[in-house]
Amino acid sequence: MSAPLGRRGLLTGWGRTAPTAADVVHAVDPDIVGRAIEEAAASQSAGGRGIIARGLGRSYGDAAQNAGGTVVDATWLDAIHKVDVASGVVTVAAGVSLQTLMERLVPLGWFVPVTPGTRLVTVGGAIAADIHGKNHHIDGSFCSHVLEMTLVTPGGTVTLSPASDPDLFWATAGGMGLTGVITAATIQMIPVETSYMLVDTERAPDLDSVMDKMLTGDDAYRYSVAWIDCQSTGRRLGRSVLTRGDHARTEDLPERLRGPPDRGRAFVPRTLVRVPFTPPSGLLNPLTVGAFNEFWFRKAPAHQVAKPHHMAGFFHPLDGVGEWNRLYGSKGFLQYQFVVPDEHGETVRKVIERLTTVKLASFLAVLKRFGPGDPGPLSFPMPGWTLALDLPIGYHALDELLDALDEQVVSAGGRVYLAKDSRVAPATFRTMYPRVDEWIAVRNRVDPHGVLRSDLGRRLGLCSDRSAPSTSDGRSRRRTSRPAGTKRVAPKRGGGAPSPAKTTSTTRRTDTTSTTRTTDTAGTARTATPPERTGT
Amino acid sequence: MIDAIGRPQSVLVLGGSSELAQAIVAKLVPARCRTVVLAGRESERLSEAAERARAAGADVAETVAFDTTDIEHHLAFVDQVFDRFGDFDLVIAAAGVLGTQGVLERDPVATASLLTTNFTGLAAAMVAVAGRLRHQGHGRLIVLSSVAGLRARKVNFVYGSSKAGLDAFAQGLGDSLVGTGVSVMIVRPGFVVGRMTEGMTPAPFSTTPDAVADAVVKGIESGAGVVYVPSVLRWVFAVMRQLPQLVWRRMPG
Ligand SMILES: Cc1cc2nc3c(=O)[nH]c(=O)nc-3n(C[C@H](O)[C@H](O)[C@H](O)COP(=O)(O)OP(=O)(O)OC[C@H]3O[C@@H](n4cnc5c(N)ncnc54)[C@H](O)[C@@H]3O)c2cc1C
Ligand SMILES: NC(=O)c1ccc[n+]([C@@H]2O[C@H](COP(=O)([O-])OP(=O)(O)OC[C@H]3O[C@@H](n4cnc5c(N)ncnc54)[C@H](OP(=O)(O)O)[C@@H]3O)[C@@H](O)[C@H]2O)c1
Repeated sequence: MSAPLGRRGLLTGWGRTAPTAADVVHAVDPDIVGRAIEEAAASQSAGGRGIIARGLGRSYGDAAQNAGGTVVDATWLDAIHKVDVASGVVTVAAGVSLQTLMERLVPLGWFVPVTPGTRLVTVGGAIAADIHGKNHHIDGSFCSHVLEMTLVTPGGTVTLSPASDPDLFWATAGGMGLTGVITAATIQMIPVETSYMLVDTERAPDLDSVMDKMLTGDDAYRYSVAWIDCQSTGRRLGRSVLTRGDHARTEDLPERLRGPPDRGRAFVPRTLVRVPFTPPSGLLNPLTVGAFNEFWFRKAPAHQVAKPHHMAGFFHPLDGVGEWNRLYGSKGFLQYQFVVPDEHGETVRKVIERLTTVKLASFLAVLKRFGPGDPGPLSFPMPGWTLALDLPIGYHALDELLDALDEQVVSAGGRVYLAKDSRVAPATFRTMYPRVDEWIAVRNRVDPHGVLRSDLGRRLGLCSDRSAPSTSDGRSRRRTSRPAGTKRVAPKRGGGAPSPAKTTSTTRRTDTTSTTRTTDTAGTARTATPPERTGT
Repeated sequence: MIDAIGRPQSVLVLGGSSELAQAIVAKLVPARCRTVVLAGRESERLSEAAERARAAGADVAETVAFDTTDIEHHLAFVDQVFDRFGDFDLVIAAAGVLGTQGVLERDPVATASLLTTNFTGLAAAMVAVAGRLRHQGHGRLIVLSSVAGLRARKVNFVYGSSKAGLDAFAQGLGDSLVGTGVSVMIVRPGFVVGRMTEGMTPAPFSTTPDAVADAVVKGIESGAGVVYVPSVLRWVFAVMRQLPQLVWRRMPG
C-alpha cells in the first residue's frame, strides 16, 4: 500500500515513567483516523499491535501509549465546528484543548462545565477519562455535559448520545480510549459573566477541621478544593488551605476589574516560566518540599472572603510553569489519586499518616469532595472524598507503600483513578471497578478483535497481544485477551462481520433542556443548589 | 508491562535453571510478575525451578527447551515463545558455563564449545530476542556478564574472554536499541558463592545470589544500564583495569 502513516517515537505520560515506542500518526484530518484504524485492524494477523488515541499527554501513566503499535495524535483535530452563542452548546473536534475553549468562549460568556487542575487537556482526553473538577459535588464529571460525540471504532464511525446508545456512550466515558477514537464532541458550556472568581480562602489547622468545613460548607460553593500539607505531623497533621468560590458576576467585581464589557471576560492565560532542563532526581525531596509547604501555608490568608481571583490562577495555578513535570528529574514521578465513600473518610487520615511516617514528601496533595458518579462503568468519581498525591519515583519502598494504600482504599470500597494510575495491579483494579465486565462486553461489541490497545490496557489485562489471529486455531483463541475470571461476551451478531457498531446519527442535540445547567444567566453563577443531573 | 515503579509482569529466562536467574525470579514473582518462562536444557533442575515459581504464585510458570549452541533454531524458538506467551517485559540472558581452565587450555574443541555456549550462541539468541522486543516496542534485556570479562585473567581467560565478548555485544546492542522502547542492562557480578563456584575459595568481594537478585531488581527500577555486584566492584575494577600488565599477570588466584 502507501507509505506508512506513522513514525516511531518514544512516549510517556505526564509522570515521565515507563517509556515505550509507537508509530505516531498525526491526525491531520479526521479521515486519517479511520484509515489508521483500518490499517491497524488489517495488520492484526501479521502481529500488528493495535491503536490508541492520544491527546495532550496529561494523563500521568501509560494510558496514551501503545508499545509497538499505533498512537493517533488527536491534537491535530483542533477545529471548532459550531458555537451556539445563545445556548452555550459547542461542537468541537476532539483535539481542541480546554485552554482553547476558554480563550474563545469565556469572552462570549461561556465556560467549560468541568476543568481539571490543568487546562492543557483535550476534549477527547476529558471524555476518555471522564474528568472531574473542583465542582464535582455540584456539577458532576465532564461526560455529564457531553450531549453528543463522534466515535471512530473498528466497525465504523458512530454518532453517540446518552440516548442513542447509552452503553457505548458510557463505556467511552472513562473508557480511556479503548472503545475508539473520539473525533468530535458537542458540549453544553456553563454561563459566566466575567473571567473572575470570587474566592473564600481559609487555613485549617488540621485534617479534621478541614474535612469538617468541607462536609458542612461545600454545598454552598460551586468550586471547592483543599491543599494539604502532607508533612506536618501530630496535632497539625493534615493542616490545609481551603479555597472555595464561584464565578464572579460583573457586579461582584470592583470597578477596576470590570472595564469595558469584554475586558472582564477576556481569558488570557500565560505560561510564566518554563522548566528549561531536567534536573537530577531528588530536587523535590522532603527538605525542599517541606520548605515549600511551610511557605504555601503561611502565604495563605488565615481567612479571606469573596476575593476576586482570575480564573487561570484559581483553576490552573500549575499551568504558570511550563513542563513542571521535569522538576521530578529523570526518574519521573507518579500521582496516586483515590476516592473513598463518605463513610470511610478516615481512610484519608490513614493515608496521610502513612505518608508522614515514611517521610515521603508529596509536593502536591489535594483533597476534594465528589458528588454522585455518572453511569460509566470505568468512570472514576463516586460520592465521597478524593485525595491526590504527587510522589517522586526513587523512594525505595514506594511499591509496597502504594500497594498498602491500595488495600486501604479497597477495604473502604474505593478506587484509584486510571488517568493518574501507572502501577495498580490487575486484580486490584478489578476489585476497584466491579463493573469492568459490563464494560468489556460493550468493548467486545465495538471492537471484537481487540484492535484498540494501550499500555494501560495491557498492564491491567484489558487487552492482549498474543498472536491469536481470528482463524480456526481455537487454542490460541482461548489464550487471548481475557484475564482470568472474565466472562467472554459473544460479540453481538456472531463472530464474523466486524461491524457491530451501528451508525446512528442524531440531530436533536441542541435541546438545552436536556442539559445539566439552565441557560438562564441571571444569578445562576452563584447558585449553590445542584442542578439536575442526568443519568445518575 | 513494566510499571512506573519498575515491576515487570512477565519474564523469559534463557538458561532457566541458573541459580542467579532463579534468585531474581524469586523476587519478581511476589512483586506481581505473573508469567515466568524458563528456557533451558531439559533437566530436573529446570522443571523444579518452574515448580518453585508456580508455588510462589506465578499464574504461568513453564519450561521450554533451549540450548544456546543450537544457533540455527534460535529465531524460530524465540518467535514461538513470544507467539505462545505474548509480550515479555523482561528477558534474562543467564546461560553460561565456567569450564575448567586446565582442560580448556589444552582442548580447542572444549574452548570453542565454551565460547559458543557463553558468547556466540547466547549473542545469537539475543539478536532474535532483540528483534521481538523491538517489535513490541518495550522491554528490558538483562545480560548476566561478569567482572571476569573486564580484564581476562590467566587463571580463567577462556571464560573471561567469553564474558568480555558478551559484555561488549550487550553494550553495543543496548546503544543500538535507544529510542525503540527497549533497553539493555548489563550485570557484572564478582565471585558469587553458589553452584557455579562450588568448591572454589571465594575471591575478595564475593557476593551471594540473593544480593545479585536485589541489585538486579533495583537496577530495573532505576533504569540502570550497568550494575556491579557488589557495587564497590565498579571502583575496584576501574583501578584493576589500569594496572600494568606485569602486575596484573602476577595477581594471585
Ligand atoms: C497538572 C494536572 C492536573 C490534573 N488535574 C486533574 C483534575 O483535577 N481532574 C481530573 O479529572 N484529571 C486531572 N488531570 C488528568 C487529566 O485531566 C486527564 O489525564 C486527561 O485525560 C488528560 O487529557 P489529555 O488530552 O492530555 O489526554 P492524554 O493524556 O493524551 O490521554 C488520556 C486518555 O484519553 C484517551 N484519549 C485522548 N484523546 C482521545 C480521543 N480523541 N479519543 C479517544 N480517547 C482519547 C487516551 O487514549 C488516554 O487513554 C490532571 C493532569 C495534570 C497533568
Ligand atoms: N556464579 C558466579 O560466580 C557468577 C559470577 C559472575 C557471572 N556469572 C554468570 O551468571 C550466569 C548465571 O550463573 P549462575 O551462577 O546462575 O550459574 P548456574 O546456576 O550454573 O547457571 C548457569 C546456567 O547456564 C545454563 N547453561 C549452560 N550451558 C547451556 C547451554 N548450552 N544452553 C542453555 N543453557 C545452558 C545452565 O543450564 P543447565 O542446568 O542445563 O546446565 C544453567 O542454567 C552465568 O552466565 C554466569 O557466567 C556467575
